[in-house]
Amino acid sequence: MAKAKYAFFLGCIAPLRYPGIEKSTRDVCSALGIDLVDFNDASCCPAPGVIRSFDRKTWIAAAARNLALAEKAGVDILTICNGCYGSLFDAAHELHEDAELLKEVNTILAEIGLEYKGGTTVRHFAEVIYNDVGLDKVKKAIKNPLDLKVATFYGCHFLKPSDIKKLDDPENPSMLDKMVEATGATSMYRKDKMMCCGAGGGLRSEFSDYAMKFTEENLKNMKDGGAEVIVDICPFCHLQFDRGQKELKGYSMPVLHLSQLYALAMGMDKKELGLDAHLTPVKL
Amino acid sequence: MTATPNMDFVNDIIANGGESVNMCYQCGTCTASCPSGRQTSFRTRRLVRMAQLGMKDETINSDELWFCTTCYSCTERCPRDVAIVDIIVAMRNLAVASGKMFEGHKKTAQSLIKNGHTVPINDEVKAQRKALGLAEVPPTVLANKDAKKDFDKIMKATGFKKIIGE
Ligand code: SF4
Ligand code: SF4
Repeated sequence: MAKAKYAFFLGCIAPLRYPGIEKSTRDVCSALGIDLVDFNDASCCPAPGVIRSFDRKTWIAAAARNLALAEKAGVDILTICNGCYGSLFDAAHELHEDAELLKEVNTILAEIGLEYKGGTTVRHFAEVIYNDVGLDKVKKAIKNPLDLKVATFYGCHFLKPSDIKKLDDPENPSMLDKMVEATGATSMYRKDKMMCCGAGGGLRSEFSDYAMKFTEENLKNMKDGGAEVIVDICPFCHLQFDRGQKELKGYSMPVLHLSQLYALAMGMDKKELGLDAHLTPVKL
Repeated sequence: MTATPNMDFVNDIIANGGESVNMCYQCGTCTASCPSGRQTSFRTRRLVRMAQLGMKDETINSDELWFCTTCYSCTERCPRDVAIVDIIVAMRNLAVASGKMFEGHKKTAQSLIKNGHTVPINDEVKAQRKALGLAEVPPTVLANKDAKKDFDKIMKATGFKKIIGE
């Protein structure tokens, strides 16, 4: 396989609230032969649950700017967040399917001398590892096998809408579980595994009590299933579980992004994981 | 009381990604799949029905319109392939366009305009980044003034500031 090269799309929550996720991603990608280039003119994706809910046209125009910049640089986009992945993937899909919309968006991009031709592919860190790198290569890179009972958290916008994402069964997926188990950890069964964390759609920013009810139900199911650690692939789900547990009583399950779990399993220094940004202490 | 359907509202939803709104035959699979409906008074099937009936005032002024997390559980299971999230998003856009926006949401929108990111940077995270050997300010529009200017032009062209009532 040729060395894969991607524009590393940081998004908002990872670089600005959990920089350890950014750092771990850089380290893990480097160890697995995924070449990341800084995407230093990127903005917010913009967030699908909020910005798209406020104004669809602003959402797709700003997303198209990011897509066009990657296209101009001749690289595809790698995301580490389901929100960014959902936003940019869905926007690229819509622009691909709707020539009228693409034309309309390009009249906006023309203001800054850009044009989107429709050639950018949007990828998620987790599926690049699963589909392109392969678990055999991951297993070979594990230096510190982990004996952990894990609740895997797929989030919503990684697999759904499944008719366009086409990654795994949206009701009963297994790819993240297999990725976690490649480290030696065990993915624990639980009730209602695919339930939303509660943060999306603007619920956390305006009705956080309701968002927290989703979070608590998930945490209860995870605990009942015997998990001791949560592994996510989205900094926003990550934030919801990490900060949520501080507010709720009776839960203290460390929350790790897949990149942090891999960094740990690949023997990187714990200090490199940025765990001091976590509100729920990570004692592993 | 007799209600007259506001067909302009229905047509606006249809024109903004909700083409499938009239495909709904009210089976209730969406409500049964909705994690939000388990916690709140929000009922997905009911909201889709209100969209079909053109109940503009009742929907755009309701808090329930904003209880959906866009998790797509309903969309995955709908036997009529109704693009439920797109319909909800279309109604939310119409709510915002008519001046109905919550404070928490406005703050997020303002941050996007100001920073090009939905959350602001702070000193604590700068220090954490530095300790990890990362650039103190992330390599995005946050550290790239020219790129931020271009981003601003996009925001200006779509009229986002006005849309959120700034
Ligand atoms: S699942 Fe689909 S057809 Fe059934 S009520 Fe909901 S939107 Fe209508
Ligand atoms: S997308 Fe919204 S309406 Fe549909 S199941 Fe999820 S929270 Fe409920």
